[in-house]
Amino acid sequence: MTQQEALFQYLLRLGDNALILGQRLSEWCGHAPVLEQDIAITNLALDLIGQARNWLTLAGEVEGKGRNEDQLAYLRDARDFHNLLLVEQPNEDWAHTIVRQFLFDQFNYLLHNELQHSTDERVAAIAAKSLKEIKYHLKYSSEWMVRLGDGTEESHNRMQRALDALWRYSSEAFLTDEIDQLMAEAGIGPDLHKLEPLYHQYVAQVLDEATLQPPTDTYMQRGGKQGLHTEFLGYILAEMQFLQRAYPNMQW
Amino acid sequence: MRKNDANASSKKLADCILASFEQRPFFDQKAIEMNKDWPLWEVFIRAKNGLSHKHAGSLHAADAQMAIENARDVYCRRNEGVSIWVVESKYITASDPEDADALFEPAQDKIYRHPTFYNLPDEVKHI
Amino acid sequence: MSREELEKRFQEKIDAEIKIEPKDWMPERYRRNLIRQISQHAHSEVVGMLPEGNWITRAPTLRRKVALLAKVQDEAGHGLYLYSAAETLGISREEMIEQLLSGKAKYSSIFNYPTLTWADIGAIGWLVDGAAIMNQVMLTRTSYGPYARAMVRICKEESFHQRQGYEIMLTLARGTEVQRQMAQDALNRWWWPALMMFGPSDKDSVHTAESMKWKIKRKTNDELRQQFVDVTVPQAEYLGLTIPDPDLKWNEARGHYDFGEIDWEEFWRVVKGNGPCNHLRMKARREAHEKGAWVREAALAYAEKRRQRQQQKAS
Repeated sequence: MTQQEALFQYLLRLGDNALILGQRLSEWCGHAPVLEQDIAITNLALDLIGQARNWLTLAGEVEGKGRNEDQLAYLRDARDFHNLLLVEQPNEDWAHTIVRQFLFDQFNYLLHNELQHSTDERVAAIAAKSLKEIKYHLKYSSEWMVRLGDGTEESHNRMQRALDALWRYSSEAFLTDEIDQLMAEAGIGPDLHKLEPLYHQYVAQVLDEATLQPPTDTYMQRGGKQGLHTEFLGYILAEMQFLQRAYPNMQW
Repeated sequence: MRKNDANASSKKLADCILASFEQRPFFDQKAIEMNKDWPLWEVFIRAKNGLSHKHAGSLHAADAQMAIENARDVYCRRNEGVSIWVVESKYITASDPEDADALFEPAQDKIYRHPTFYNLPDEVKHI
Repeated sequence: MSREELEKRFQEKIDAEIKIEPKDWMPERYRRNLIRQISQHAHSEVVGMLPEGNWITRAPTLRRKVALLAKVQDEAGHGLYLYSAAETLGISREEMIEQLLSGKAKYSSIFNYPTLTWADIGAIGWLVDGAAIMNQVMLTRTSYGPYARAMVRICKEESFHQRQGYEIMLTLARGTEVQRQMAQDALNRWWWPALMMFGPSDKDSVHTAESMKWKIKRKTNDELRQQFVDVTVPQAEYLGLTIPDPDLKWNEARGHYDFGEIDWEEFWRVVKGNGPCNHLRMKARREAHEKGAWVREAALAYAEKRRQRQQQKAS
């Protein structure tokens, strides 16, 4: 695999994470527990879709086959998506949404904090801009972890159930492959192994303050980066891509 | 007291009581304490350095952190803000409009506080 | 001061265009009228998130997706400004939500219609926001201070909403034949409901006289409706689409467009709860509120715990 091919895949991973998570958060619009939170969660969705557009546009340029952000977002099937399994998990309730968000934000923040120093200037630029947004997301989701974990008995139970359900997806990011290694060697992406202990440390701190216990069996589900997804992604894409698929080659 | 006078004065009393019921408080403290709404916060935004904080509106939040974040989400979406203050509405003390006469009118006739009260020759600059 | 004197002073302020602020003396009917109007306006913004929110996950490009997300988020914000303004009159957010969910309070009937195609999103931005803007610009001069200020804020944000909708219609009208038909179909379905947004005819409107006297409303329903038609017809012509009104005609003598009679039977039917989506909209809002109860309680409980811990630390 050439560096260019690896970079293309790497950028798709970044773009797809943002896109699929943004898509999930958009589902909350008009249905959040309180009006102010509807605005807050939509804010996160907007930021993420914006980031997705940047990453996917750059990916298309790097690939060099003339594909733009929409062609990449709307015309790939699930086997060609490279997001983490975590972000395609369903909203379920506010607890699942917050746990999913926090587990992702903590990783995403550490990642972008390094990516802003990428040897690839374009990557560094997108990462620097995204980092400000991600920092806010992490603050938001961390606070909600604690608010709900240490709120009422009901909220605590819901949070524990959510954590039990989502924990198995929390470390997929750190299961590196050839692409991650090539990027680290080129200084384009960070060495994820160095970030992993920090991730666990910060997550443990928040879980502790939230009075939540992570499950002890730690087999981490994987495959998202390689295009092997859960059954959820197919449905997400069916909804997202419908118009482009039903009415091909039109301007919208 | 003769009957007519008694009627007249009790009508006047009834009017006053009715009028005072119609004066609504800024917010109903008791109702807010009894309901399950998150507390109400007033939001003040400094749009950019050099300007003072201006009242932007209010919102409901469970705690101060949330209030600041919500204020940013609601009032600063279009790059309008470098600083946010939030105060729980119950901590704002407002002057009573009924006292407007006593509070504000006396200032109106102290015209010696205004520059135009003083006549200076045009030749004197920078003053 | 006697009741008569207070009312006289109040009306003098209104006539002199002096704004009424929270805690100022006001007639009970003025206060109730305002609470009704402001809270229903707020409910409309919030319920209005649903028909458009329906297409966020299916928006056909990423650019359209972010624009629609931002628009719907703005609407939530508008609801918030308005609930905020209503609360200065002594009613709580919880009471207002209760009134909406129980059916006691109304919201704009336009949101009881379904969004069946992507073109509906264009039609709504163009026609529904267009109609709303007319109403809102008028309200920036309303007599109650907090309401007027909320409306100024809302108007500033509203202009991109209508432009976004019209741009969608333009893209479709200039697109393929199937897209053009999609746009025409959406116009066919949204035109009359948009005209109905201005409410009953002046002669049938219960609240108008009082609202005009107290400058809560500054223009009548029929005046605004006429203004809307006059402005929108040329916009439809530019799109090359046909407005579904055979009686629509420019009247040189009046200097306005003549237009057909609204189906008042449909108008009242939808207002009274039998539109296509009334029950679904309320179901969605009710579920959001009920399913979210544990979240709201938890946040309050946590805030209280933290307060107590801080107090203990201090002592």
